[in-house]
This record gives sequence, C-alpha cells and structure tokens, in this order.
Amino acid sequence: MADFEIKDLRASVEGRQILKGVSLDVSKGEVHAVMGPNGSGKSTLSHTLMGHPGYTVDGGSVLFKGQNVLELEPDERARLGMFLAFQYPVVVPGISMTNFLRTALNSKRGYDGKDKSKQVTPKEFRSMLKDELEVLHMDDSFLPRYINDGFSGGEKKRAEILQMAMLRPEIAILDETDSGLDIDSIKFVADAVNRMRGPELGILIITHYTRILEFIKPDFVHVLVDGKFVLSGGSEVADRLEKTGYSEWGKEETAQPQEVA
Amino acid sequence: MATVPKVEVGTDYKEKYGFFVPEEYVFKAKRGLNPEIVKEISWMKQEPEWMTNMRLRSLEIFRKKPMPKWGADLSVIDFENIFYYLKASDKQSKTWEELPPDIKATYDRLGVPEAERKFLAGVSAQYESEVVYHSLQEDLTKKGVIFTDTDSALRDHPELFKEYFGTVIPPADNKFSALNTAVWSGGSFIYVPKGVRVDIPLQAYFRINAENMGQFERTLIICDEGSFVHYIEGCTAPIYTTDSLHSAVVEIIVKKNARCRYTTIQNWSTNVFNLVTKRAMAYADATMEWVDGNLGSQITMKYPSVYLMEPGAKGDVLSVAFAGKGQHQDAGGKMIHVAPNTTSTITSKSISKGGGRTSYRGHIKIYPGANNCKSFVKCDALLLDDESRSDTYPYNDVDAENVTLGHEATVSKVSDEQLFYLMSRGIPRGEAETMIVNGFIEPFTKELPLEYAVELNRLIQLEMEGSVG
Repeated sequence: MADFEIKDLRASVEGRQILKGVSLDVSKGEVHAVMGPNGSGKSTLSHTLMGHPGYTVDGGSVLFKGQNVLELEPDERARLGMFLAFQYPVVVPGISMTNFLRTALNSKRGYDGKDKSKQVTPKEFRSMLKDELEVLHMDDSFLPRYINDGFSGGEKKRAEILQMAMLRPEIAILDETDSGLDIDSIKFVADAVNRMRGPELGILIITHYTRILEFIKPDFVHVLVDGKFVLSGGSEVADRLEKTGYSEWGKEETAQPQEVA
Repeated sequence: MATVPKVEVGTDYKEKYGFFVPEEYVFKAKRGLNPEIVKEISWMKQEPEWMTNMRLRSLEIFRKKPMPKWGADLSVIDFENIFYYLKASDKQSKTWEELPPDIKATYDRLGVPEAERKFLAGVSAQYESEVVYHSLQEDLTKKGVIFTDTDSALRDHPELFKEYFGTVIPPADNKFSALNTAVWSGGSFIYVPKGVRVDIPLQAYFRINAENMGQFERTLIICDEGSFVHYIEGCTAPIYTTDSLHSAVVEIIVKKNARCRYTTIQNWSTNVFNLVTKRAMAYADATMEWVDGNLGSQITMKYPSVYLMEPGAKGDVLSVAFAGKGQHQDAGGKMIHVAPNTTSTITSKSISKGGGRTSYRGHIKIYPGANNCKSFVKCDALLLDDESRSDTYPYNDVDAENVTLGHEATVSKVSDEQLFYLMSRGIPRGEAETMIVNGFIEPFTKELPLEYAVELNRLIQLEMEGSVG
C-alpha cells in the first residue's frame, strides 16, 4: 500500500468537471512528476488535493495516514503532513514572514497556545531558519517583509520552498515551482528540494515543462491530458515529452520552456 | 508582530478584562443632573469660583443644545440615570503600596506597575473619577515638565490652567463638550516647557468600575515651543449589564516647532457610550499626531481634529475601529486648514464583524487664503461577513487656491485566497482570520510601543473569537 493514494479523483470548478478520474500512488521516498499541457487539470489537481474552497470534489478519495483527506480542512491536511508549494503565492499584507513561519511551525507542531512544550523555541527557530536560508541563497532581509509582498517571482518561489523546509511535510506538492524562475533560482530551489529528498518525503511535482526535472530527477512521470492520466512511466517519459511535446495527444504545445533571460 | 496567544472567551476575558471589585466609595453623588449636583461637585473639589460658574454655565448650554442627529443613534441614553461624580479614594497616592487594596488589586491585574517599571516615565491611573495614583520621574520634574491630574493642576497651577482651559474646545462647541465642562473630573494635565523633549511616553490608565457611572475626564496638554511629548491613554473597562456614559474632552496646544503625539487604545465594555471631543491647535511648523484605536463600546463617536493655525503646521490622524455585534463605531478625523502651507493626513482602518457597523466620518476644511495646503485621506474598511456594514462620510470644504486634496477609500473582505494560503500551512481558520485582521491594521500597530501593539493584537483576537456563534 502506498503512503498517499489518490483514487479516481473527480473535481470541478464552477460547475465544469476538470478532473475526470485521476488515480495515483505516491510513497515516501518517491518523486513523481505530473506533466500536462495548459488546461489539462494540473492546477485543479494541486488545489483539490490541498482543499481550496473554489474546487468541488465530485468523487473519489485521497487516502493518507488512514484518512480520506478530502474530508479535512486545508489546515488539518497540512498538520497531517501535506504541503503545497503554490504556483502563485498569495500576498498577505501586514504579517511578516518571520511571524508567518513561526505561527505555521507552531500550528504544525500542535501548539494551541497552551502546551508550551510544543512551541518552537526562539533558538531552534533561528537555527532552522539560518540553515535553510543559506541553502536557498536568501538573506535575513526578507524575514521582516510582509508575506510575499513585493517579492520578485524568484523570491516568492524560494519562499515557498523555505516554508516547506521549515514545516517538513511527508507529502509535498510542488505546483509549477519552476515557472517564472531564472536558471540560478531553479538551481537553488532544486538544491533545497533535493536536500529534503529521502525516505521521509514523497514529492509530487506538477509542471508543464521538463526543465525542472533536469534538476530534480523524478522516479515516475505521469502525463495528464483533459483531466486523466494518459501515460505513466519512468523518467524516459519526460525525455519523450522533451522531444515531441504534447502533440501525440492533439495538443500543439512544447514541453520545453522559453528561455528566461 | 508577536504571535497571539489563545484566550478562552467567557473565562479568560472576564478574568483578564471583565473583572470588577466591589465598590467602596468615599463619596457618591445622586443619579441625574441639576445645578445642585454641579455645585456639589465643585464644592467637593474646593474649586475657585470661576470654575464653579463655568460649570453652571456649561450645564445650561448642555440643556439647551439638542442631541446631535447626524451620527449614531444616541436617543437611548438616559441622562437622569447616570452618576456624575464618584470619588473612590479620599487621597492620592504617590507609591503603589499606599493604594487602597481593592484598587490595587484591579491595577495589579492590568499590569500597570509592571508596565511602569518597564518604560514609563509616569503613571497617572484613573480609577473612577479621581486620579489615585501618580508618579513622575524626577528628571522630568527638574526639567519643568508638569504631569498631573487635571484637578490638581487647577489647584497647583491656577494661572497656566486658566490661560488654556476651554480655549481649544469651548463649552458651547457641542452638547457633550458642554456636559463634560459641567461635570468634568480627573483626566491628565501636561505642560512641557520650551525646548524640552520627553523621550519616554507618558501614560494614564483609565477604568470605569461602577455601574451607571459617567466618566467625564478632561485632559489638557500644552507643548511649548520646540518641545516634544508622547502621551498614551489605554482603556479597558469591565463588563456591565446597564449603560454607562463616557464623554471626555481632550484639548491640546502645540506651539511653534513643537510636536505632540497622543495615542489611545480603548476597549470599552459593549454597553458604554463613548462620546469624546478631541481637538488640537497646531502653530507654526508644529506637528500634532493622533493615534486612535477604538474597540468595544456600544456606540463610539470620535473625530480627533487638528486646527492648523500657522504656516508649516502638520496634522496626522491614524485611527482603527473594530465593531462587533451590536456595535457602532462612528469615527474619523477633522483637519481645519486655517493657514497656508499646512499639511494633513487622515488614515482610517475599520473592521466590522458579526453585524457590527463602522462609519468613517471626516471633514477637511481649507479656509480662504490658506493656499498651498495639502491633505490626504485614506480609509480602508474590512468586512468579515455579509451582515456587517461600513460607510464613508467625507466632507470637504475648500476655499483656497493651489490646494492638493486626495481621498482614497477601499472596502474589502477577508479573501478566500489569503485564508486558504495561511490554512494550507497548518494554521487553523480562526487564527488565520485573526492574522489577516492584525495584518490589515498593522500600519496602525507599528506606530504603537511594543507592549501596546501586543495588547491590541490580543484584544483583536478576543473580538474575533468573542463574536463567533
């Protein structure tokens, strides 16, 4: 049995069904890539897995640690060990990244304001932050800034991975983490993700392009077209897409990114 | 911004903010208002005749003036069912130990001496109508700074007092300034001499602790030329079931090149009518800043104002209002540009929840000849649900040339995207909402000394939790 099992997941947005029966098993220690052209349902998959209120589940289940996470609130899913690195991280004015990271970490550890032993200590917090900032080539100056406020595209994505590193999920979904990134930023982000790879973490990389897969080598690649998986295999699937794009499924889209200056 | 600890409403709230101690008063006036009661108050305080007469004159004005009808609904106030004067202790205390035990108990729970130890230059704690505790650091006294309660100031500094009292807000200004002038008691009096900078905030704690008791404190601050002072007034009132009236008057004079900042955070219990007149006169190149936070109360009507009297004067109002169920926060600011080359800004942030109502009411007036003035108003409202309400009533009168006047208003809701983002990191919904609200008022919070900022965030959390269900 896999650690994280998506079974026949069907979901719709504003009355239109986007996911038409998606099944996928992810176990800790594995890296899966979900690739697909525009409009194939990649974002719907990531948002539905994390419980965005704008997406309606029409059927199926997602089993993780013996629970159907589709019945849980987003915060409960996160505390259970799921993480979503957003394609478009949200700006929240007035709250510093430090405060956000600390609050999230405390929530993750089950601190509810009462049991102080569950609270992250300032020393522990600082040392965790210091390590991860270094790996991501970020400096302290970003910590007092408001959540994603005025961040460049690269800073936003790095901040997402920083959160992941701090929260240490067991199942992480990286939604188009490479989009809008220059090559240096991709490397920093990939380094940080590769550092976390291991028997305690299962990763689901959702991407249009093959580029990030050069830096984070997937064990499995799945092709999503019109809300269904049409092909699954090893990393050779990515190589095939690199050459032919999504044309064999009637989509004239390349799987290679435009060069970022 | 610090992480806000959880508080259980209904237990902790009563414990921390809603407690009260049994009443024990040296003197308690009868309910209601008439010339005899006003004379009695004045006699009890052994005031000079001019003050007695001014009180009586003000009472007449109060009776003649109609209730203001342009704002919140005040028709529910029963003026005959209010105590206009109470004296909780027959003497003032210089040290903490001298305070009567029940009063001390109240303040201990509010943490006043702790706060004082930490960073405060002086504490003037108002318990009921009299200031019972007062201290001021010695070096300030040496510099000639006066920080005392207003009753003592009338006794000890009669000339200074008479020169300024009622000059910024005359009794006839409005119905409630007339009422205050008739029955005022307590409040703070500050005089900062020429060129003296008071680097540590001066603060007073105010509490209302008796049922049906009006509190009519009167504050007068004079910043002489080139001086600076930051005065902080924080209020938390116990919960009571019958109505209570708070009607203060605050007058501030900021002379040439001086700067005054006046910070208030009020958290009145939800039955208090909070009707306050606050006004400052700013002279050449002087700066007046009102930082005004309004939580609690049933109705608040408060519009801190600055009269920009001479060129170069600058006025700022930064205000936050939170209206929960059954509450109406009618707040804003007024900037009166009398002289040319004066500038003003009003920044208003309001939050409505559980059917609460916030109104921004502002007035920018630019007199003829007051050319080259600049004024900018920004009001942001955050609605937490569909039952809540927010309105904006900006009034602008411009009679001068070359004036820059800006007005920006936004109304928003806590967005699903923000909520989802925070929750996706494991933060529970309620806490995430509180974070977003605290983030919204952060431009205000960051202007506060740290422990006030923490307290405000905590109060917001209580408000957020308190109106659930």
